[in-house]
Amino acid sequence: MSALEIQHLCKDFSSTQVLKDVSLAIDSGEFLILVGPSGCGKSTLMNAIAGLEPVTSGKILIGGEDVTWRTPAERDIAMVFQSYALYPSMTVRGNIAFGLEMRKVPKVEREQAVERVADLLQISHLLDRKPSQLSGGQRQRVAMGRALAREPQIYLFDEPLSNLDAKLRVEMRTEIKKLHQRLGTTIVYVTHDQIEAMTLADRIAVMRDGQIQQLGTPNEIYNDPVNVFVAGFMGSPSMNFISARLEKDDTTWQLHISDPEQGAELSLPWPVDRVTEAMVACQGQSVLLGLRPEHFAEAGDQRSGHQQAARLEALVSVVEPTGADVLINLGLGGNEVVARVGPDCRVAPGERLALSVDMRRAVLFGQQGGQRLA
Amino acid sequence: MSERTAVGVIRRRTPGARALRVLLYAVLFAAALAYLLPLVVMVMTSIKPLSEITPGNLLALPEAPTLAPWIKAWGEACTGMRCEGVGGYFWNSIAIVVPAVAISTMVGALNGYALTKWRFKGSELIFALMLFGCFIPFQVVLLPMAQTLGWLGLASSRSGLVLVHVVFGIAFTTLFFRNFYVAIPDELVSAAKLDGAGFLRIFWRILLPVSAPIIVVSVIWQFTQIWNDFLFGVAYSGHDTQPVTVALNNLVNTSTGAKEYNVDMAAAMIAALPTLVVYVLAGKYFVRGLTAGAVKG
Ligand SMILES: Nc1ncnc2c1ncn2[C@@H]1O[C@H](COP(=O)(O)OP(=O)(O)OP(=O)(O)O)[C@@H](O)[C@H]1O
Ligand SMILES: [Mg+2]
Repeated sequence: MSALEIQHLCKDFSSTQVLKDVSLAIDSGEFLILVGPSGCGKSTLMNAIAGLEPVTSGKILIGGEDVTWRTPAERDIAMVFQSYALYPSMTVRGNIAFGLEMRKVPKVEREQAVERVADLLQISHLLDRKPSQLSGGQRQRVAMGRALAREPQIYLFDEPLSNLDAKLRVEMRTEIKKLHQRLGTTIVYVTHDQIEAMTLADRIAVMRDGQIQQLGTPNEIYNDPVNVFVAGFMGSPSMNFISARLEKDDTTWQLHISDPEQGAELSLPWPVDRVTEAMVACQGQSVLLGLRPEHFAEAGDQRSGHQQAARLEALVSVVEPTGADVLINLGLGGNEVVARVGPDCRVAPGERLALSVDMRRAVLFGQQGGQRLA
Repeated sequence: MSERTAVGVIRRRTPGARALRVLLYAVLFAAALAYLLPLVVMVMTSIKPLSEITPGNLLALPEAPTLAPWIKAWGEACTGMRCEGVGGYFWNSIAIVVPAVAISTMVGALNGYALTKWRFKGSELIFALMLFGCFIPFQVVLLPMAQTLGWLGLASSRSGLVLVHVVFGIAFTTLFFRNFYVAIPDELVSAAKLDGAGFLRIFWRILLPVSAPIIVVSVIWQFTQIWNDFLFGVAYSGHDTQPVTVALNNLVNTSTGAKEYNVDMAAAMIAALPTLVVYVLAGKYFVRGLTAGAVKG
C-alpha cells in the first residue's frame, strides 16, 4: 500500500487548468522530488496534497484512505514552507509545540517532543528565542523541527532551502538526507536546485504545464530521459541538442551533422546494438542528437575509457576552467555545444580541438514533439 | 525614524543657501505659532477670572490664575435647563466611546482577517462595498438610523449610540485591518491549519499577537472620531445620555447672564483633553502602525 497516492488529479483556477490529470504513488519512506519550471504547478500540487486548496477532480489517498475532502488538520501531514512561516509571536519552543498543543497532546509529552527534535536538529540553545532573533539557517531548522515534532505520515517541503546562501544550502541538504535515512520518513519535496534533486531523491517527478513528464530514479531521469524537455531540464550545464540527419547504409547507422562554416559534413556512428524501432521510422529524417557535456572527452584522454568513441574536431570559442574540470564551448554543426573535459586541457579559444564522443550514452529525439527515439 | 543631529549634515554653504534656510525656519516658526496660538489663548482664558477677560487683551498673561472656571465647567455650569456642568456628560462620552471603540476594533480585526486569510467567492466585492461605507455622509443616514434605533428600542440610549458608532466605524476598522493582514504571509495561516488550528484559534494565537501596531491605529482613529462626534450625539441621545460634545454646545449656547468665556474655554478643554491625551500617549505608535509592513519570519 502506498503512503500517498494521487489519482487523476486536476485543478483549475477559474478558467486556467493548472494541474492536468496528475497521478503518482509514493511508498512509505520514499523521498520524492518534484522539479519543473516556475509556474508548472508544483506548489499547487503540494497545496492540494496538504488540503489547503480544494481540487477540481481526482483523488488523494494517504495510507490507503481517501482524504480528498478532508481538512488539512485531518490529513496528518506536515509542511515546511519556503518562507518557513514561523509564528512570529511565539518562541521556538512554542512554534515546535503548537501542532501538538492543537492536537491536545499532554504538556509532558509536548515537552519531550520539543526536547527530542531540538536535540536532533541541534537547536536546544535556541528554544526560548523568537523567530526574529534567528538566522536564516536557524529558522530553517526550526521550521523542520515544527514538522518533525508531530511525526506525521507525510512531510511536504516546498523549496525549503531556497532562501539560504549556497554554503548553508549544501549543509542543510546533507542534513535533510541524514534525517531521512535515520527516520525513514515519507517526503515530497519541491526544488529548483538540480543537485538537490539528484542527491536527495529516491525518485524524481519532472513536471511541465501541470503534467508529470517523467517519474523515475535520478539515474533514469538523467541518463534515460523520455523527451527533450526532461533531458534539457536536468543537468548543468544542460544537455547539448544537435540537429542531425539519420541515415542507414547496409548495416551501420550514421548521424550526419552539416556544418555550414566548414561546408563539409561531420558524421557520427550510432551503436548497432542501440538501434530501435522508432529510429527505423525516422530513417533519412532530421533528428535531435542529445549529448551531455561529459559525453565528450579530449581525444586520447585515458580517463574517458571511450573505447568505441567517435572522433571529431571542432573550433573552440570559450574555455571555462571550473577547477575540477574544464568546460569548453565549441562550434559544432552550426550549434554552440558545451563539452566537459579533464582539468589538464590546455586549449585556447580559436584553436581546434580533437574530441571523442561516447555514443553509447548519447540519446536521440524526434525533431517534432521531442519524443525519445533511442 | 532616526533623529539626525546637526553635526554631520551635508549641505551647501553658499550665502544664498543660508538665506533660504533662514527663510525656511522663519516660515516654519510662523506656521507653528499660528497653529499653537488658539490653544494658548484657550488655556490662558480658562484660568483667568472673568474680570480680567472682559476689559483685557486676549494675549495678556493671567495676573491671578484660578482653577475656578474649570471647577465650574465640570460641576456647576448650566447646559440648557440644568446646571450640573459637563462632568456627567464627560462620563457619558466615556461610557459610549469605550465599548464602541472596543467592539468596532474587534469586529474590524475579524473582518480584515476573514477577508484576507479565508477568501471566499465575493470576498473582494464585500470588501469593496464596505469601503463604500467610509464615504457615506452621515446626514444621509440620519433619519433611517433614527427609525432603526426606534425599532430596536434603543432610541435615546447609550447602547443606541454605541451601535451607531460601531456600524459606522466598522468600515474604517475593516479597511485598516484588511490592509495590515494582507501583508502578512498566507503561509503562516497555512502552517497553522496544518498544525490543526481553526478559524478563531489562528486569529487569536497567530494574527492578533502581531497586530499591535494596527490595533493602536484603529483605537486612536475610532476614539477620536467617536469622542468628537456631535451629529449622532445630538440626534440620538436623550437628556441623560448626551455626550460631552453636545453638552459643551449647550453650555456655550446657554444665554443667561453674562457670557463666561473662561468657563466656556475650560469646558472646551475638558471636552478636547481625552483625544489629546490619547494622541500624545500613542501617537508615536499611530505613525508607526500606519507605515508598518508585514512581520518578518
Ligand atoms: N490562487 C491562484 N489563483 C489563480 N492562479 C493561480 C493561483 N495559484 C497559482 N496559480 C497559477 O497556477 C500556476 C502554477 O502555480 P504554482 O504556484 O503551483 O507554480 P510552481 O510550480 O510552484 O512555481 P514556482 O516554481 O515559481 O514556485 C501558475 O501559473 C499560477 O499563476
Ligand atoms: Mg512554488
